Amino acid sequence: MTVEQIVFLLISAFTLSTAVIVVTKRNLFHAALALMATFLGVAGLYVTLDAGFLAAAQLLVYIGAISILVIFAIMMTRRLMQTTEPAYNAQSGFALVTAVISFGLIFWVFYVFREFWPLIPDAVTPLASKPIVADEILQGSVVVMGRSFVSSAAYVLPFEIASVLLLAALVGAIIVAWPKAEDKA
Amino acid sequence: MSFDFLEFLKSLVSLTISDYLRELWGNQPWVDFLMNVLGVVILSTFCLLIVIFLIWLERKVIARIQRRIGPNRVGGRYGLLQTVADVIKLLIKEDITPTGADKVAYLLAPFLTVMAALMVWAVMPFAPNIIGVDLNIGIFYFLAISSVSVVALLLAGWGSNNKYALLGAFRSVAQLVSYEVPMILALLVPILLARSMSTVDIVNAQTVPYLIVAPLAALIFFISSLAETGRTPFDLLEAESEIVAGFHVEYGGMKFGMFFLAEFVSTLFMSGFFATVFLGGYRLFGLETLVIGDGWVIGNLLGLIIFFVKMFAVYFVYIWIRGTLPRVRVDQILNFNWKFLVPVSLALVMMTAVLDKLLPDTFNDFARAGAHLLANIILAMITIEILRSYARRQRKLASDDGAAETASGHDDHGHHEPAHEPVAAH
Amino acid sequence: MSQDWQFVAIFLILSPIFPAAPVILNHLLGPKKPNPIKQQTYECGIETVGSSWVQFKVQYYIYALVFVIFDVEAVFLFPIAAAYGQLTLFSIFSVALFIFLLADGLAYAWGRGALEWI
Repeated sequence: MTVEQIVFLLISAFTLSTAVIVVTKRNLFHAALALMATFLGVAGLYVTLDAGFLAAAQLLVYIGAISILVIFAIMMTRRLMQTTEPAYNAQSGFALVTAVISFGLIFWVFYVFREFWPLIPDAVTPLASKPIVADEILQGSVVVMGRSFVSSAAYVLPFEIASVLLLAALVGAIIVAWPKAEDKA
Repeated sequence: MSFDFLEFLKSLVSLTISDYLRELWGNQPWVDFLMNVLGVVILSTFCLLIVIFLIWLERKVIARIQRRIGPNRVGGRYGLLQTVADVIKLLIKEDITPTGADKVAYLLAPFLTVMAALMVWAVMPFAPNIIGVDLNIGIFYFLAISSVSVVALLLAGWGSNNKYALLGAFRSVAQLVSYEVPMILALLVPILLARSMSTVDIVNAQTVPYLIVAPLAALIFFISSLAETGRTPFDLLEAESEIVAGFHVEYGGMKFGMFFLAEFVSTLFMSGFFATVFLGGYRLFGLETLVIGDGWVIGNLLGLIIFFVKMFAVYFVYIWIRGTLPRVRVDQILNFNWKFLVPVSLALVMMTAVLDKLLPDTFNDFARAGAHLLANIILAMITIEILRSYARRQRKLASDDGAAETASGHDDHGHHEPAHEPVAAH
Repeated sequence: MSQDWQFVAIFLILSPIFPAAPVILNHLLGPKKPNPIKQQTYECGIETVGSSWVQFKVQYYIYALVFVIFDVEAVFLFPIAAAYGQLTLFSIFSVALFIFLLADGLAYAWGRGALEWI
């Protein structure tokens, strides 16, 4: 095993174990903490894939923003100090089905389409090391990404649609969370 | 005598540790590893030790601003050892955990704060060759790491099992989270101008310091960095009169010391970052490259001195502001952010992006800087004019409404929405 | 690039040591005489009334929500800003449209009174 593989295994073990804590902890606040650790582990996985920008984005958006939102939501809706939630609720069966289906989908994509997947060598082993890419390409990848967000030949339409999506999310959230004007008076 | 003394001296100063290790072991990966470990240790130790000096400096300067003398008992007539004495005091305090505290969150919070405050230093370019690591996403890295400290506040507030702590944490999080938006937008401007997110590239691109090219971005960044570090006039995090001491009210001894330390370390980082992004970092009319051809060390030393002078100049402004301005109210803080800073910085980013593309390629750096400066001044004047007419309208509303309502009618920024003015109360 | 991030990884692993050292030293040096009165939570001289759970305003949640939107926007804008030198005028105007749509969201929140501290 190379150093890279050991690092990968360690980070994956960390991510998975914290993810298990998220679903087993009865105390919602601790579960949220473990969720942050899971996000950190995912950021670590991005770094091992040489995707530094994604790792930083993961940190900024998921730990810095989404987790705060999650904790705020927990604090506003639950009695904090006594919180011990039951491990199962009415949606657990549905959640199980969703989890199995999405896992199957990912597995199918990777297994069935592995010959179309140029980066994975033919003999797929879980520990196949990643391809070597020149450092200049990696350093410039963020710039390439930024350029393709807004060039007419690439992803400018999805980019604008993302903006509309964000706008819809903001407006929707305010409509749901904010009391109506007449309620306030 | 064939012994060339000058040559010997030069070889002595240009021999770096990594060269030495490479000579010893050859070009092995663990040399890099060891150098990285060494870099981390040196960087962190520097940050931790300089805080002792920073606290003394702050107390002394604030004292002078308020026409006091400041610490002058421990360690000579300038009180140089006052902070050391304070550290010892903190070290021998009893380590208390309040009843009902969430031990995990309570313990994790000071650690996270210090870790976040230290880790941002990795991308700070001290001198042409002295930097932790020149990440290609340097500025984005800084934003990502510093957003973690918000989580630490929330943990501290929640872990303490105290109403004031929780209330303080909520307020602080609202403030920090809000001011991150103008900070992000203001930092986009130097990135646009330098066409890179790496801090080193940004320093190298500043033939004209960005303070002149983008004064509004610098101002917005400065204001939001005041809020992000929780300093006056935005020090609601620890408004004693309202919420005792805010999120760290239940912390004592060195655990409290860690919050204190993180605050100073991140304030110094912000001044250094401001110096890097807007004042040209280690550059000063090419002085730092003067000797770069001859020897590695002298150029770096010069760059280091330039950088430190700039950093402490900015730090002095932070202290100065603390000594001068009062604290503002929580609603004023948030209104000022969302209704003034964010729209202005959005306009600023759009303006800079369009303008820099429209400028002809024949323009050199100075002509570009002039055009940007002009555009910035125009934008600032438009903003001030809008504010002025708004304030005029508010004053008129208030005077129409009678003397009874004037108390809430005129706040400094005049950003109250008309619909929520006292008129609605009738 | 992994070489660059090695430094960050080492920093992440080593940085807990720096706060840990003084805290542990404090724990060793400080006196240990706990008693229930001393460990009570601090509340302006009177005993704590009720649990520390208080109803929080929805306002905090709104600010966090608006922040999340702008944060995601930043993730898009940063690589674009870094690639600025290679952009055409078309790209600049598509970025302007992107920012404008988000400013629209802010304007909506403002007009709705959601940014008001009540």
